[in-house]
Amino acid sequence: MNSILMIRKGLLTGLPIMLGYLPVAITYGVLAKQAGMSLTELTLMSVLVFAGASQFMAVNMIAVGTGALEIIIATFVLNFRHFVMSLSFMNQLRDFSLKWKVPLSMGLTDESFAVSALNPKEAKMEKGAFFYGTIIVIAYLSWIFGSFLGGLLGDVIPEKLSQSMGIALYAMFIGLLVPSIKRERRVAVIALFAMLINALCIQLGMSTGWAIVAGTIIGGMSGIHLLKEDRR
Amino acid sequence: MIILIIIGMSLVTMLPRVLPAFIVEKMQFRPWLNRWLGAIPYAALGALIFPGILSVNPEEPHLGIFGGLVAVVLAFAGLNVVLVVIGAIVTVFILSL
Repeated sequence: MNSILMIRKGLLTGLPIMLGYLPVAITYGVLAKQAGMSLTELTLMSVLVFAGASQFMAVNMIAVGTGALEIIIATFVLNFRHFVMSLSFMNQLRDFSLKWKVPLSMGLTDESFAVSALNPKEAKMEKGAFFYGTIIVIAYLSWIFGSFLGGLLGDVIPEKLSQSMGIALYAMFIGLLVPSIKRERRVAVIALFAMLINALCIQLGMSTGWAIVAGTIIGGMSGIHLLKEDRR
Repeated sequence: MIILIIIGMSLVTMLPRVLPAFIVEKMQFRPWLNRWLGAIPYAALGALIFPGILSVNPEEPHLGIFGGLVAVVLAFAGLNVVLVVIGAIVTVFILSL
């Protein structure tokens, strides 16, 4: 009973990810097909890699004939930020058994992390693992299904609309961040600081992947001080 | 060849994701480190939003900014995330017509 309630809650909370993922995944499917990947290959990549930005990058690199090792290293660099996010997420889920932590960590993406981390209450609840599990399963299935659809049907969404849908994931991030800021103003300082560091690193010529890592780690550092008073 | 790339990519994305599950299992963190990790979601959101949002349409960065501003206003008004997302999509769509 309790777990069904958690799954339902997870479905509602994970809905924005589905909305954001479908158009992006379809676009990925279309581009991957154009780059010469078969439907099986491009879907398999979504099943086994499940990391949007690096899949787009890989498709571009495959299209221009880049070597395998170079693609794999670039993927590692771009996704290293997930290590930082996962460390934060797993610390939030400290009370869960390893049996839950491992599969939940494997489904971590920018989006599933953002949604899960900003819903920390369930980590302390009985059967809370079903809540996070549902969010991740929705994200995963939307990503795979969208990729397959894009590869199968090609551009099913009119170009003007799919381009406009590029804002979806950013809007979701904003929609998640703002309520936290309303509750606690210091959150805004942390986020703005991270944006600044990220922008600065990109100006200095760092790659997107490392700039996000730097922004997240250094921006988060401001929280060591800023979140101190919360404890009492 | 592509299969090899996919398997390699899979391994290098899985490892950084899974490793923390075992680290957390083995270690207790000092309070300052817990606060740092607690701030990571907000910092990550900040870093994911900006400057990436400018590249929603790389030729017209203002589209991303306007879409983002609408999202901020709707979110401050207390709307559900789904509505915030739809509002931003509609804004960018109308502006790009």
